[in-house]
Amino acid sequence: MMEHAWLIPIFPLVTFLVLLLSGGRLRDRGAFIGIICTLASFVLSLLVLIERFKEPTYNISIDWLSFGGTQLSAGFEINQLNALMLVVVSLVSLLVQIYSKGYMKGEVRFSIFYAYLGFFTFAMLGLVMAPNLLQLYIFWELVGVGSFLLIGFYFYKLEAKAAAKKAFIMTRIGDVGLLIGIILLFWETGSFEYGEIFQAVQSGMISSEKLTLIAILIFIGAVGKSGQFPLHTWLPDAMEGPTPVSALIHAATMVAAGVYLVAAMFPLFMASSAAMQVVAITGGITAIFAASIAMVQKDVKRVLAYSTISQLGFMMLALGTSGYVAGVFHLMTHAFFKALLFLAAGSVIHAIHTQDMEKMGGLWRKLNWTGPLFLTGTLAISGFPLLSGFFSKDEILMAAWENGSYILFGLAVVTSFLTAFYMFRLFFMMFAGDSRSQAEQVKESPFIMLIPMLALALLAVIGGYIQTPWFGTFLGEWLVEGNEALLGASHSEGPVWIMLMAVLVSLAGIYLAYMIYVKKKLSREWLVKENSEVFRILENKYYIDEIYHFTAGYAIKGFSIFLSYIERFIVGGLVSTVTSSIEGLGKVGSKLQTGQVQQYGMIAFLGLAVLLVIFAVTGGYLR
Amino acid sequence: MTGVPLSAYLVLALVLFCIGLYGALTKRNAVIVLISIELMLNAANINLVAFSKFGVTPSITGQVFSLFTITIAAAEAAVGLAILMSLYRNRKTVNVDEMEMMKN
Repeated sequence: MMEHAWLIPIFPLVTFLVLLLSGGRLRDRGAFIGIICTLASFVLSLLVLIERFKEPTYNISIDWLSFGGTQLSAGFEINQLNALMLVVVSLVSLLVQIYSKGYMKGEVRFSIFYAYLGFFTFAMLGLVMAPNLLQLYIFWELVGVGSFLLIGFYFYKLEAKAAAKKAFIMTRIGDVGLLIGIILLFWETGSFEYGEIFQAVQSGMISSEKLTLIAILIFIGAVGKSGQFPLHTWLPDAMEGPTPVSALIHAATMVAAGVYLVAAMFPLFMASSAAMQVVAITGGITAIFAASIAMVQKDVKRVLAYSTISQLGFMMLALGTSGYVAGVFHLMTHAFFKALLFLAAGSVIHAIHTQDMEKMGGLWRKLNWTGPLFLTGTLAISGFPLLSGFFSKDEILMAAWENGSYILFGLAVVTSFLTAFYMFRLFFMMFAGDSRSQAEQVKESPFIMLIPMLALALLAVIGGYIQTPWFGTFLGEWLVEGNEALLGASHSEGPVWIMLMAVLVSLAGIYLAYMIYVKKKLSREWLVKENSEVFRILENKYYIDEIYHFTAGYAIKGFSIFLSYIERFIVGGLVSTVTSSIEGLGKVGSKLQTGQVQQYGMIAFLGLAVLLVIFAVTGGYLR
Repeated sequence: MTGVPLSAYLVLALVLFCIGLYGALTKRNAVIVLISIELMLNAANINLVAFSKFGVTPSITGQVFSLFTITIAAAEAAVGLAILMSLYRNRKTVNVDEMEMMKN
């Protein structure tokens, strides 16, 4: 089965091509093509995953280019991480596509939407199957294109257009880092293949300073794609896209690519403790930074966006503290509950046509399905005991503790408290209390939108049981199988009180949110007044966008004005000098053309006379 | 009769050619310009005939050529006058310096 794995990304590509070539004629039927093709991908990925449990890594590549003594190859690889990612990506994509059939109903460019979804899925599946960095980079950029198309899907809205551009440009900054990193690696090792690179790293072929530099450059690529601080600003703005797209970007594709990259290059990072430090610290800062912003945002999707940034920070923190299994595990569980949260939020938005939390409330009784589903996702992300988020977050805390980074451990604990708080703030404001909505009648979403949410809710509940301290660490053992030296232990050990504390912290967060937003024991107005400065900073997202605007924005603008002057006066001046001199020559020439035939004759005769004189003096050229 | 040397013929032809050239380049009347061109052609004819007698290998060829030239000159004069007629009909003038439609 694994030798047919190359078909997995081909199916979504077929969707893209068919829907693109049909030019929107298929209308709603486009959804069936998309869903069937993605279903095929999913089934195939599942079969590949099941086969991968028993068989070793499958790797096939064919020669692509050869120049000098260097061979470039293209192919695909199915190792544990890739097989897992294939299933997660194709599953989430499939569910999102089923959901979109209901959510995007009536949209004029319905089949184009499915075409883009197919393209995006294709790029991400290709990315996770790539056996070498060059191929990874190609798909990495294709993912960027896909996100651009989808975020800017409502391109007639100015914000959506700006958000699409922002996402593309911000991630580009990271991509440059990644590209330089890849080039340096090729320079040092002469290969793009993962295996050969890791071998070179192990044998100490690369000096440790170079290794650190390369690892950090590759990490910059991940920072851009995964929305880590300080390149995170595109991610909240990307909420301008349709909600199913947000679910796809946040759960399975785009942002997961960065974490996947670090995980795939993990042996390289392991070889440089400085790079690991950078990864862990960036992750920790991002986690708490985004969580603090999420506490005061008013837009449902923006809260979820910041929570994604925060959770991605968690994953980076885990990877940076040698918690390979913890990071990948959280990537997987997060994919489930974050997709669920986005789809449920989309269902709410679908019902009451607003994204402003202040205008919601009291939806628990009206949305009988969406409410409990959203609650499941919220509990899972808050780390409520026995749900998937609880196990994966626990694993991360353990990893940070085991690694001895107590400051980062503290950051992670505070962040999980904040996570529980802001998620329940979101939940209570949407579902509890009295309705503040203007919408007359609130209708539950159609069946086709509920099915994917139910599937995701199920996974969000049980997804954690493949790696628990009690029922075995199946996922971890499988992930590091045969690579213990490179990837570290299959699970992290830590004192029992960590788990208890994690539970207490998340319960405390939930309790605090309950007190403020349901019982109203603590007045919100009082809190805001007491901490107005803090609130202002948080509401403005630490003014990061403004800082970028005034520093990088103006610097680039100034530089481009300077360049435009060069263009206008130096380059343009040169060109216009050439043209005007030729024009002048032409004018002089046309002045000679008087139309007086006798003058012509005179000139011709004089010319002949001059020639004859020359001939007489020099004796001619024959002499 | 033997006293006339080659140089006399050539000087005559030169003078005739210069008069013709002067006329062709300075006269305003197109008819005079055409006549001047005839003068230049005849100057060339004199040269041809002179060299057919005094050349390195005297032969009849020069005279034959001059006959050709006369024929062509007649044809040229006919065509030139025809053009001049139609120009006159259109422009009501035979002045060469007013015929400047090809200017610039």
